Amino acid sequence: MPLKLERQENVSTLRLAAAPVVALLVTLVVGAIMFIALGQDPVRAFTIYFIEPLGDPWTLQELVVKACPLLLIGIGLAFCYRANRWNIGAEGQYVAGAVLGSWLALATHGTDAGPWVMPAMLVLGAVGGALWGLIPAFLRVRFGSSEILTSLMLVYVAQLGLDYLVRGPWRDPAGFNFPQSVTFDDVALMPLLFEEGRLHGGIIVALVAAAAATFVLGRTLVGFSIEIGGSAPRAAAFAGFDERRVTYGVFAVSGALAGLAGIIEVAGPIGQMQPTISPGYGFTAIIAAMLGRLHPVGILVASLVLALTYIGGEAAQISMRMPFDVTRVFQGTLLIAILAADVLVRYRIRRVEGTSHA
Amino acid sequence: MTVGVDAATDLPASILEAVGLTKRFGALVANDHVSLAIRAGETHALLGENGAGKSTLVKMMCGLLQPDSGELLYDGAPAFFPDPASSRARGVGVVFQHFALFDALTVVENVALGLPGHEPLPALAARIEECVHRYGLAVEPWRRVGELSVGERQRVEIVRCLLGDPRVLILDEPTSVLTPDESENLFRTVDLLTGEGRAVLFISHKLDEVRRLCHRATVLRGGKFIAEVDPKQESSAGLARLMVGADVPRTPRLVTHEIGEPRLLVRKLDVAGDGSRGSALHEIDLEIRAGEIVGIAGVAGNGQTTLFEVLSGEKLAEDPESIVIDKVPAGALGPTERRALRAGFVPEERLGHAAAPDLPLSDNVLLTTHGDAGIVSYGVIRRGAVKDYFQRIVKGFDVRFGGRDPKARRLSGGNLQKFVIGREVLRKPVLLVVDQPTWGVDAAAAAFIRTTLREKAAEGCAVLVISQDLDELLEFADRIAVMSEGHLTAPVPVAETSREAIGLAMGGAHGAHDVGRDGAAQTPAGEGADAS
Repeated sequence: MPLKLERQENVSTLRLAAAPVVALLVTLVVGAIMFIALGQDPVRAFTIYFIEPLGDPWTLQELVVKACPLLLIGIGLAFCYRANRWNIGAEGQYVAGAVLGSWLALATHGTDAGPWVMPAMLVLGAVGGALWGLIPAFLRVRFGSSEILTSLMLVYVAQLGLDYLVRGPWRDPAGFNFPQSVTFDDVALMPLLFEEGRLHGGIIVALVAAAAATFVLGRTLVGFSIEIGGSAPRAAAFAGFDERRVTYGVFAVSGALAGLAGIIEVAGPIGQMQPTISPGYGFTAIIAAMLGRLHPVGILVASLVLALTYIGGEAAQISMRMPFDVTRVFQGTLLIAILAADVLVRYRIRRVEGTSHA
Repeated sequence: MTVGVDAATDLPASILEAVGLTKRFGALVANDHVSLAIRAGETHALLGENGAGKSTLVKMMCGLLQPDSGELLYDGAPAFFPDPASSRARGVGVVFQHFALFDALTVVENVALGLPGHEPLPALAARIEECVHRYGLAVEPWRRVGELSVGERQRVEIVRCLLGDPRVLILDEPTSVLTPDESENLFRTVDLLTGEGRAVLFISHKLDEVRRLCHRATVLRGGKFIAEVDPKQESSAGLARLMVGADVPRTPRLVTHEIGEPRLLVRKLDVAGDGSRGSALHEIDLEIRAGEIVGIAGVAGNGQTTLFEVLSGEKLAEDPESIVIDKVPAGALGPTERRALRAGFVPEERLGHAAAPDLPLSDNVLLTTHGDAGIVSYGVIRRGAVKDYFQRIVKGFDVRFGGRDPKARRLSGGNLQKFVIGREVLRKPVLLVVDQPTWGVDAAAAAFIRTTLREKAAEGCAVLVISQDLDELLEFADRIAVMSEGHLTAPVPVAETSREAIGLAMGGAHGAHDVGRDGAAQTPAGEGADAS
């Protein structure tokens, strides 16, 4: 019997807010089934995944370190998604930002360049990401190509470009032929917040970005033009908001924040350039943005939740010899559950009679 | 189809009957024990003001809403319609005011989407042609809906309903978007349908039409059944009194003020058509002075939408000098800059163009006021100022809605239109361009809107009204021009023209040929525009 989705007129705020929570619960159930199928005790697996990391100060710090790029990228994506522009290529913009920022670190390597290097790297990181993000924006505005495809494909271009650089021009001559750059000088590294652990200054940047985004999206005309451009394009044009400018703007912001996340990660926890600089932050941030309801505060919470799946996944790799792909499955299940919950909250399913019975 | 007779009343048997339907939305009783019988072979009018409960009643009769109490009878037996599909299956077809058509698809594709099963398109197209000929509906199956005028789209919706062979056809404000000729054609179609023993429920606020066309009229007011009358026995004023509960004032049209400076000057405005959407404009000349209302009549799809967009700045003119607002060349300015010249615009489409359907009303205030002093400072929205402005619209223009600040889509058409008009009027514009001011709006709200525009003109605003409702223009415009095939005739004072002259200038193609607008294409543009 065919099914039909019908839009519901009255959707309570409570139900909208509950959707992500329900999605998380569904993900846990699916996860439990998966663990049982893998022959593991689901209770023990969940303890290792989600409980143990929270009891350890070191992993708590690590949680924040992993949430940092997700938060930065997720906020940028919220700009795009609110405007109904589907930037799927944050991973590529992250890489592009990391590459341009690292260029300065490597160019000044071994010189007595002062403390201006780190801020300049951040600026270059943002510029790199923004430029990479503007490519799909330009293609959409000029040729009407789908930004979903172009932004995604540019991820692979960026990743392969990075691969070439670290295996070629940027390879550390004293690095035993390993495909990695020299370790950055101190002036090119993110300052640590505490002596112990890996908490770095990037977290401050991310929190400032979240506060700024909350303000811009909620209180300014720019935020309003993004919102209305996404929800009613013709009304936005009537209001005098230029659709092309909004497209360029949200991709630039989104790319810049992803690029910033990239250079912060490279100059922070990693400390040098290598072929892989992200465990898929740019894609996981899509989930963070959706789970966080495209609101910076929500994305902050969602980033911590998703960071937990990364940490738990690492722990499970070690103590249960679970493949890291399990984490990916978790994250993917979560995204599908959120999207499904969103649909089910806004629409109701009805069975449609196929034939007339008059 | 045979027409049974109800033995008790000696009237034709009712096909669909509502008995004591009640529907509550929270504290609001939208329908309070409303009864209505639609009988075979008759055209039944449903009359009522905005918010009188007409839409609620129609939605219950077709299964979109479920009544809280009361019941529906179908052929005299209790019927339950859990959804529109089940009512459709029993032979109840509805043509709503807002069409549900996909612009990018052809007529036949759109029709196919609404039908169960998988009929091959050519076969369906043949069935459409047959239906078109039988009822004189002028629809071409293979055209893209995006290219069609509002009137043509309505005919597509009607054809779509008729292919389901309905016994009851419900038409929601069908003539609000039609020219007099198109309306005549629709009436002929309705007569053919009732002649076959079908029943038509005709929702309208145009009392003359109801009196001419309908055999019976049910009047609702405030959610309650007021009367069932024979409209042919009532005067228009009498019907209006029943609807409103008081006498409806006609718009005062005495000009007691000076006509002043030109506020809008359009000189040799050419706009190239862009294919499927938006027709071309050819050498438009127009001058509107402070204190006057100029009306543009014409059949939908003759360039009015393009004209509106090029005046509002959504489309730019090639020559900046071709549009002059209050002495400033404005052809190259965007909407915000034109509003800064104190021009105000009200588009035809309320949802999606004049207002963002899913944003709350207070946000919709910002849509056209964000450039005005005090609303936004240094890029930051001043929420307090917006709320104040919102309250002023609501109070000054009697906008009614449930809740404190609902989404625009939750408002009825009339109330949203009052909101949209109020939003512009409170900006104290020197030029107001309004496209279809009373499209699908009930009589009282329409009168209110016309009076408001009249008052603005009296205060020295120049008002341009684009309307397909010729009666409306004749009632309250000072001068009337006619748009046809992208050409505009010179405006003439209302007193010096006639319905007939204007009708002729509209293109003269409708009614004469039942192929519709294609006939118009052969008529030299501007022919019969002797009014100029």
